[in-house]
Amino acid sequence: MRRIIIRRLVQIIPLIFAVIVMNFVLIHLAPGSLFDVMTSEQQITDPAMLDQLRHTYGVDQPVTVQLAKYIWSVMRLDLGYSYRQNAPVFDVIMQQLPATLILMLAAIGIALLVGVTAGVMASIKVNTIWDNLISLGAVFFFAAPSFWLGIMMTVMFAVKLGWFPVGGMRTIGVDESAIGAVLDVMHHLVLPATALGLFYAATFARVMRASMLEVARLDFVRTARAKGLSGGRVVLAHVMRNAMLPIVTLLGLQLGTMLGGSVVIEAVFSWPGIGSLLFDSVMSRNFPMVLGVLILGSLLVAVCNATVDLLYLRLDPRIKAR
Amino acid sequence: MIMGSTAGPTPILSIENLQVSLFTRRGVLPAVDGLSLTVSAGETLAIVGESGCGKSLTALAIMRLLPNPPAKIVGGAVRFMGRDLAALSEREMQRVRGKDISMIFQDPMTSLNPVVAVGDQLIEAIRRHNEVSRHEARDRAVELLRRVRIPDAERRLNDYPHQMSGGMSQRVMIAMAIACGPKLLIADEPTTALDVTIQAQIIELMKELQSSSDMGLIIITHDLGVVAEVADRVAVMYAGRKVEEAPVEALFERPLHRYTRGLLGATPSAQRRRGSRLVEITGNVPALSDLPQGCAFQNRCPDVFDRCRAERPQLASLLPHRSAACFAAEKELSRDAAAIGA
Repeated sequence: MRRIIIRRLVQIIPLIFAVIVMNFVLIHLAPGSLFDVMTSEQQITDPAMLDQLRHTYGVDQPVTVQLAKYIWSVMRLDLGYSYRQNAPVFDVIMQQLPATLILMLAAIGIALLVGVTAGVMASIKVNTIWDNLISLGAVFFFAAPSFWLGIMMTVMFAVKLGWFPVGGMRTIGVDESAIGAVLDVMHHLVLPATALGLFYAATFARVMRASMLEVARLDFVRTARAKGLSGGRVVLAHVMRNAMLPIVTLLGLQLGTMLGGSVVIEAVFSWPGIGSLLFDSVMSRNFPMVLGVLILGSLLVAVCNATVDLLYLRLDPRIKAR
Repeated sequence: MIMGSTAGPTPILSIENLQVSLFTRRGVLPAVDGLSLTVSAGETLAIVGESGCGKSLTALAIMRLLPNPPAKIVGGAVRFMGRDLAALSEREMQRVRGKDISMIFQDPMTSLNPVVAVGDQLIEAIRRHNEVSRHEARDRAVELLRRVRIPDAERRLNDYPHQMSGGMSQRVMIAMAIACGPKLLIADEPTTALDVTIQAQIIELMKELQSSSDMGLIIITHDLGVVAEVADRVAVMYAGRKVEEAPVEALFERPLHRYTRGLLGATPSAQRRRGSRLVEITGNVPALSDLPQGCAFQNRCPDVFDRCRAERPQLASLLPHRSAACFAAEKELSRDAAAIGA
């Protein structure tokens, strides 16, 4: 078990390396640079001054040297300095990351809860009106773009009904106790997490339904019923347990897209996560920050994937820990 | 009519005129048609017949585990210790399953849940019908695994099904089936998926468990070797109907129905002379959707005559303790009787 954990973690290193190189190249292919934005904002026009600044920031060196220097500093866990926030990139990201993690976890929770429940319901009531309604709902939430869903939910539940705040993560200017603060964040979290989660819930519901129907036909389900177990117990302890395996696989695959999806949702709900940070940074060509977010993002996804693999190992004893 | 052929006292199970139909796109097919059977405590009844003759559906109908759709009990009664199982609610039936009547299946490798340790599957069965703590149930599970001769039972409890051989898995299935001391055990082709040497061990184990507990046993098989080994009484089924029933020795000595004769002729045995051919039954079983008028076996029967094509033979008590639904057998027996009388 320990060996497999170590091996999975070691596999992350070349992955991160590839992420750095690819993104570095991409960024340098894009028009405009941090240097251009900075100098034009400060209206620096003196050529001698520009040359000196170029030298200070190292942009006068060849791209390959810049890349090598960047990789060297990342290896020393230094993601560089952000001149816009006037703080180390790592510190800025760490400040924003918890908000994104909270949003992602809540969205995963909602996706699993809603998706699995809907899938199980549809499989139990297969080919009835309930099954059809659930399938219809799944198709709807799968097809609807999450930003549109987010805006519609804001209009409905925040503007018209006033149940939830329109955006943000905390109520400004209210000094609350710890519990009050947690409740406040949860209150702000409901709409963005639902908007992000329902898309994934739709896929989970479809996969779970198919998986449940497939497992329900297997011999050991008949054995479980022959033992005299109740219908509910058969479904929960025997059918669902096996039908969850594809869901776990899917979850691992979708964690990456979920981080991407959260960028959009964070923009819609002005959620102060790394999504909005990334968006701002791309707009201002704040490349050290963009690279930093991408590296930490891929690290997060890689670690989550490794965790899912390990979870799979626990869920299915037929997979040997080699 | 039900045959009064039970050797023992009142039967624990008596099936009366059971009708199971398959509701398919091609119409309603009579998969089990008017079947009557009895089993007494300590008795072993073998149900024999080829694939699709309705023997497995009969077993699932007793347990009320028919795959629905398409199969459904449409008539008759399944009396178990005085209660009609066909009329019980699902909840009441759950208390019968695994406690009073247990069942083991054809393929032990797929009959156990692959992601649950076998011990937990056993404990689940024990705790479903007994008010015991987890700890007590665990002790009982170890005891059960020992009873079915699984070596190193305590450690095996934590194993998963994929770590066990077919024979071991079937032993676990048997342990699970006898966990609550059932009065009746139904074994649906329990040895078909196993190696021959393992088959013998499993049959031996089932006989032993039965004799020590006095439970009734229904064994469903197409293996006449198994029948000869364990059965007290044999019911032969063909195309959804019982065509012959007899005590085991009598059946092997003188099969009455022409189908039974065909089956015995098609069975390899050690006594058979070398070089002699196995006799096959020519032709195919008629489709349930396309049963002929008269006897269902007419197109394959060597002794078929006009009456078989016109009229469906009913089960008749042709000899003491045995019955058959065959006009050819009736004719033959009456000829014998006339010969003796003359």
